[in-house]
Amino acid sequence: MIWGVLQFPGSCDERDALHACALASGEARLIWHEDRDLGGVDAVVVPGGFSYGDYLRAGAIARFSPAMEAVAEFAAAGGPVLGICNGFQVLCEAALLPGALLLNKNKRFTCRQVELLVDGPISPPIGDLSAHRPGVTLSIPAKHGEGRYYAPEEVLDELEARGQVAYRYAPGHNFNGSARDIAGVSNEAGNVVGLMPHPEHAVDPLTGSTDGLRVFEAVAAAGARA
Amino acid sequence: MTVEVAKHRELGLTDSEFDLIVAKLGREPNDVELAMFSLLWSEHCAYKHSRKLLRRLPTEGERVVMGPGENAGAVAVGNGYAVAFKVESHNHPSAVEPFQGAATGVGGILRDVFALGARPIAILDSLRFGELDSVRSRHLLDGAVRGIGHYGNSIGVATVGGEIYFEAPYEHNCLVNAMCVGLAKTGDMVRAAAAGVGNAVVLMGASTGRDGIGGASVLASAELGDGDEAKRPTVQIGDPFEESKVLECCLELLAKGLLVSLQDLGAAGLTSSAAEMASAGGVGIDLDVARVPLREADMEPFEVMVSESQERMLAVVEPARVAEVLAVCEKWQTGGAEIGTITDNGLVRVRRGEEIVGEMPVEALVDGCPLYDLSPAAPEGWIYGNRATLASGVSAEEELLALLASPSIASKRWAFEQYDSVVGSRTARRPESADAAVLALPESGNAIAVSIDGNGRRVACDPYNGTVEAVLECAQNLACVGAEPLGLTNCLNFGNPEKPAPAWQLDRAVSGLADACTALGVPVVGGNVSLYNEGPDGPIYPTPVVGMVGELPDPARVAGSAFVEAGDAIGLVGPFAPVLAGSELAKQRGELEAGLPAPEVEAVASACAIVRDAVRAGRLACAHDVSDGGLACALAESAIGAGLGCRVDLQPLRDRGCSPEEALFGEGSGGFLVSGDRAALEALGATYLGEVGGTTIEIAAGDRSIALGLADAEHAWHSLPAQAERDGT
Repeated sequence: MIWGVLQFPGSCDERDALHACALASGEARLIWHEDRDLGGVDAVVVPGGFSYGDYLRAGAIARFSPAMEAVAEFAAAGGPVLGICNGFQVLCEAALLPGALLLNKNKRFTCRQVELLVDGPISPPIGDLSAHRPGVTLSIPAKHGEGRYYAPEEVLDELEARGQVAYRYAPGHNFNGSARDIAGVSNEAGNVVGLMPHPEHAVDPLTGSTDGLRVFEAVAAAGARA
Repeated sequence: MTVEVAKHRELGLTDSEFDLIVAKLGREPNDVELAMFSLLWSEHCAYKHSRKLLRRLPTEGERVVMGPGENAGAVAVGNGYAVAFKVESHNHPSAVEPFQGAATGVGGILRDVFALGARPIAILDSLRFGELDSVRSRHLLDGAVRGIGHYGNSIGVATVGGEIYFEAPYEHNCLVNAMCVGLAKTGDMVRAAAAGVGNAVVLMGASTGRDGIGGASVLASAELGDGDEAKRPTVQIGDPFEESKVLECCLELLAKGLLVSLQDLGAAGLTSSAAEMASAGGVGIDLDVARVPLREADMEPFEVMVSESQERMLAVVEPARVAEVLAVCEKWQTGGAEIGTITDNGLVRVRRGEEIVGEMPVEALVDGCPLYDLSPAAPEGWIYGNRATLASGVSAEEELLALLASPSIASKRWAFEQYDSVVGSRTARRPESADAAVLALPESGNAIAVSIDGNGRRVACDPYNGTVEAVLECAQNLACVGAEPLGLTNCLNFGNPEKPAPAWQLDRAVSGLADACTALGVPVVGGNVSLYNEGPDGPIYPTPVVGMVGELPDPARVAGSAFVEAGDAIGLVGPFAPVLAGSELAKQRGELEAGLPAPEVEAVASACAIVRDAVRAGRLACAHDVSDGGLACALAESAIGAGLGCRVDLQPLRDRGCSPEEALFGEGSGGFLVSGDRAALEALGATYLGEVGGTTIEIAAGDRSIALGLADAEHAWHSLPAQAERDGT
């Protein structure tokens, strides 16, 4: 199992994601944003941060990078892709995931430990691990200024009907005002997942929680089967 | 009188300083030279009113890797790693434009740390504003907090701690002090001294514009007052994305061994960086302003030399490596331009192409500024006034609620939730969960704890004892998480040193800092001085902000500041002798006056060692320094944090001679509130006070006993958002 973690100018969480991937399973390497070749990795993480300063709009510039072209092809071929925070924003901008992330309801960047509910049923391969099955609660930090998930009502209905809501904020934890408490979604095929909270910062009891590992393990399980 | 005389005064130089410059040059300076001298001879760059005092501070220690004079100080943490850290002020820019002032304060201190080759891993900040019932203070608070978050969050460095106080004397002159901590392999660190005649000088990062011209002299080295609006253009604009690229670029260049030396461009821009690098290396430097990448093509040479455009670094590079260096800059999509050469003539020479537009001895620029003796005189009594906000005769419960709701004591969650405290995945104790931030260092197999403190009100009451208390509080905070101090940085925020009272405060505070550090054996490895902090009503509270870094072997054993389990015993450790003088309660009653009792430094140091060892051995469930608002507030904080009440009796403090009010709300150094197994507490020599449990905070203190529901206490303690956002957002 080899993970590839994208690195844009302005990425912040790529080294932590690299560490989390390696802890969850296998080895992990950085992929420079100018590389058109993903180098045969089994799964891709688009990490958090402020790619290209988030200028224009969060994720709007990064989606045009050569590495993202390669990620789009990788995803189309069924490869597992996990977008975290800014990575989620980039995947939405790239139309690999539905919806958009808007300014938080409180209009402030907010950093808080939140509880996430694994939703379901999302398509296999992600989601059928016992520690990551629908209904399981994960404690993971969230930190963002633009994390309010938005999609038109009819799109939200479709997402729910197709089981594309991957994660929801537990009651009382939706600080950013996301529609229907949605914290993360997947594409229709289920191999591309994005979420606002940061599982890579929840992989060690010393820093608060190890629940984030479950997310990486679920993606790894998908990678092993892809 | 010639026209130049007026000009030098406008730039902040005195007539005698101007005459000295003429004598050193053997002629009158031209405009470029005058601009450069005025900046390097400003208080901000030359420390001309403080340098003599700073010689009192102890700077040596066996763990010191880099001391004062470098971009930041550094101490060894083991396994070939060092921790670099420094605190710096950005007060006047923040008073004029809080968002950008605070943001660029963070940007500047980050550059100081990565200039050493250390990757920044943590930011802390120490903020002071006027009382929150003032619209101005709410505006400054909101802007400064957003600015700190904007820069630190965007660049991906965790903001892990800090403090905020609200006091009327900061109304017109807020304080924004930012501290950065970085981690480096000791062998990869680099100094700022230029070396190697014939080597190239490379400017990296952002292009140079007209922003921040005169920031160091006009803004940072004079009092604020009327016309501050006009100073807004002297405030720089920050771009954390650019800094993120420059940071990664510099760390890659250093890891590849491509740089001889590295320095950030801060106050006084290219002028100060080039002159200080040359001075430290005992060499000369030739710069060509025509080769500096500019934002506006028509900039004059003096503007290029004094611009404070942010996110720039200056490096000395061997000629054969310049192409490789520029290729790394290109990779990170940041600027890189060879703009000069190291020479052996001891001159800073500024060219525009072939034309020489300025030429000055390095020595005259950097070390030529006269150092002044202060004329200190103690003011008579309390000079800051009093404003009672708490009626006399109210119950002890009402007093406790008023203290918990005081924005200086109340939870700062509203602020720290706007900061990313987890990026880097090494934050073992997040803000407010323990008395000091704890950062795991897998690289060296241990952890560091960091704390920043400085209660200006108490320093105003007694500059010497108040400063000693600030150092002791930092040491106590570190002890609570089991850390041993390794080094200290400080930012001395004071009023106009040319006036007798602020001069006296500064003189006494530096002595207190020196004596406390010597007694604790903690070296001062760096710092910053910010003077002329005055508003129309007079000077700020004298505010020495102290940042301390300590080491602990095992971050998994760190005690938190909240109680843990019902039934745990509660005890008090240390030579705590609380008095109402200088306390938050005295402030609210309008009873502040000069004077504080002297802390028992040796006894506090012994108590720190006892608590530190007990935490390291895992014998304490919780450890919390008794600070603002006294023991009653410390008990309430530990209770609220746990969602557990407590029942204690303060008779042991009464037996030491304290009145009920002193026992409840008195302040002073040397008190540790601890909880855990009763036998373990008694083995430490802790004084037993009571037990954790229930949903009420019950404190027996003679005729001032308290019984307060946990929910009421919590409501008061979490009232900062309502106070800060009363104007809407």
